[in-house]
Amino acid sequence: MSSTETPVAPAGTTELSWPDPCEVAGTVRLVAPDGSRLPAQALELSGHGVYAAAAARTTPDQLRAMYRDMVLTRAFDREATSLQRQGELGLWPECRGQEAAQIGSAHALRPRDHVFPSYREHGVAHVRGLPLHELLHLFRGTEHGGWDPTAHGFHLYTLVIGSHTLHATGYGMGIQRDGDVGTGTDRDRAVVAYFGDGATAQGDVNEALVFAATTNAPVVFFCQNNHWAISAPTSVQTTVPLVERASGFGIPGVRVDGNDAVAVKAVTEAALERARAGGGPTFIEAVTYRMGAHTTSDDPTRYRERAEEEAWSRRDPIERLAALLRAEEHADADFFAAVEAESAELAAGVRTYCRSLTPPPAATIFDHVYASEHPLVAEESAWFAQYEASFDGAPAGGHA
Amino acid sequence: MSAETVETAETSATVETSSRPSTERLPMARAINAGLRRALATDDRVMLMGEDIGRLGGVFRVTDGLQAEFGTQRVVDSPLAESGILGTAIGLAMAGYRPVVEIQFDGFVFPAFDQITTQLAKLHYRSAGRLQVPVVIRIPYGGNIGAIEHHSESPEALFAHTAGLRIVTPATAADAYSMIQQSIASPDPVIFLEPKARYWDKGEVDLSGDGVDLGPDGWRSLHVARTVRTGTDLTIAAYGPTVATALAAAQVAEGEGHDVEVVDLRSVSPIDVDTLAESVGRTGRLVVVHEAPMFFGPGAEIAARVTERCFHQLEAPVLRVGGFHTPYPASSVEKEYLPSLDRILDAVDRSLAY
Ligand SMILES: Cc1ncc(C[n+]2csc(CCOP(=O)(O)OP(=O)(O)O)c2C)c(N)n1
Ligand SMILES: [Mg+2]
Repeated sequence: MSSTETPVAPAGTTELSWPDPCEVAGTVRLVAPDGSRLPAQALELSGHGVYAAAAARTTPDQLRAMYRDMVLTRAFDREATSLQRQGELGLWPECRGQEAAQIGSAHALRPRDHVFPSYREHGVAHVRGLPLHELLHLFRGTEHGGWDPTAHGFHLYTLVIGSHTLHATGYGMGIQRDGDVGTGTDRDRAVVAYFGDGATAQGDVNEALVFAATTNAPVVFFCQNNHWAISAPTSVQTTVPLVERASGFGIPGVRVDGNDAVAVKAVTEAALERARAGGGPTFIEAVTYRMGAHTTSDDPTRYRERAEEEAWSRRDPIERLAALLRAEEHADADFFAAVEAESAELAAGVRTYCRSLTPPPAATIFDHVYASEHPLVAEESAWFAQYEASFDGAPAGGHA
Repeated sequence: MSAETVETAETSATVETSSRPSTERLPMARAINAGLRRALATDDRVMLMGEDIGRLGGVFRVTDGLQAEFGTQRVVDSPLAESGILGTAIGLAMAGYRPVVEIQFDGFVFPAFDQITTQLAKLHYRSAGRLQVPVVIRIPYGGNIGAIEHHSESPEALFAHTAGLRIVTPATAADAYSMIQQSIASPDPVIFLEPKARYWDKGEVDLSGDGVDLGPDGWRSLHVARTVRTGTDLTIAAYGPTVATALAAAQVAEGEGHDVEVVDLRSVSPIDVDTLAESVGRTGRLVVVHEAPMFFGPGAEIAARVTERCFHQLEAPVLRVGGFHTPYPASSVEKEYLPSLDRILDAVDRSLAY
């Protein structure tokens, strides 16, 4: 944790113990936790006027769409968590609390952009148009990936922390070679790599920043600092705010209130526009909070305090956007009720879909090891087929 | 029979069918260079990346002149970070490019081990066949050049244990020229091991490219072993740097009245067990030679597979000649560690004595 994130008041005095790290100067925040917009003058003074102007152009339709996506993502997340509890999924990594960071940034993407996610970007997947239930294949163990990475420009989840930031950078180098940057037309595109605070300690992430900086690749490094890497607080990974790392690589860094969807969208939009125009990479530190456990296998009570979770629950990203929609009269009770109903429907659909997923035939374990025929795989797969066939007609559980 | 005569015979066969004979006598390093040049010239998606490969032409000069010819976007001097090189090559492959990366020396591939075994090898599988990542990894490997530590290793077994990778290694200039092009044409990732001690060995190469099968079935010939010397008493299986030593040993054995067959495997993954089993079926004896450590090395796999196939024809256990279970030793004593002519002959004698 940076000094700004360290508890300052003695334990027991709830609110003050966990000061809001996004109140620190330099962090882009456009909407306060109570849903009110920050005064334009103050934002101008802090140098964030450009983001405020962009946010002012965000239409009520877009605000409502972001809200809807956040609520649907949370409903899906809750459903997947209970499916895991019921034994229908092997594991589930919740994204609860990070919806503004994910949906705000994903709303800045264009269809031709590509996303390289970690394993918690359910909200991004949803905005990209990936049917959320397709995320379940991986966690139910019926497939490793489960979706077509090219169909929605949303690549496979990467469980090896940080590896995919290099793939994102390489993909960006490909975009450069295709001539798809800096044309000033719809042709221009860019890449976003999502990763966590823990991942910033990995060699691959640092190498990705080196490669992206020196090749000026159109990549946005979107770090969700959710304060925890399983049980390790951010202070285990860094002694400076993560955003400060960027300048050492020669990459501009922006720290944004990750629970403010409006600010996240504005900041990511600017970074993506810069990348598409040929301006090179940007590092975004979205300060947010993992409200749930690391995964369904984790027990956060062993390493963090309830008071911290409570402090962050008062900064809930969905409530903040709802408050803004209400304050600016962009949404009425009917709208909120309709989104609630849609969520329930989505959850029910996901439940049914999940239970319908059956294991693939065992012989498929030999599929797609190589893109072209391979004698050893062919030999082992043929042996396996005849071995399986040897049970045909045998009494259950016995050999022929 | 020697490796040279085999190579020449093959080359002349190709020349007869070629409209423009262009056979040249080249060192292996130049042959790889010519193969890379041809791949770059015929496919815009091919690009090279690595440390010092551009302006310098690589520490072994294998990529000499290619950056000047094809530009800095296609022959890229990378930052000094092997995982970064592999990881970005994977991303480029996902974007439709065909990156050929150079790892400067065998001992420096390990920072990229994770990207190679965890990402590159598995992406086609994990994506249920939706993604292809045709990355070629060129690695100068093996010892016998008097180098300091970390510059003489043979890590092929570490990669062969991983499904999803193809691993090949040429023993001659002609093979180097054709196999590098076939590796680049392969839809799968290929580790292309270059026997650095043979970089300066010359051989005839048909530079017209007519003899190189780059079709969708090109991978088949890439993994076909070649009998480079026929014999009836014993088979030696070798690959990469040890093929020439095996041929020399066969020559000496001939003087002692033993007719030894030598098979150049050319491919470590997959292994052409058919060719080996056919040979051992006739000779009844097999000695496997490689520089990599014997323990859990390719020879162990070959021994197991050939024994399964040829149990009744074997006159002796399959013997191995390779590196010991030690780190690669200091260069002044590397000759004792490497599978030398004498150590191969010792194994031949032991096998024949059964
Ligand atoms: C290379 C690697 N080491 C360890 C792990 C086990 N692991 C899974 S998630 C995780 C913490 C990641 O933290 P962070 O990057 O902050 O992402 P978050 O989970 O908070 O989204 C660890 C240690 C892993 N998946 N990959
Ligand atoms: Mg984290």
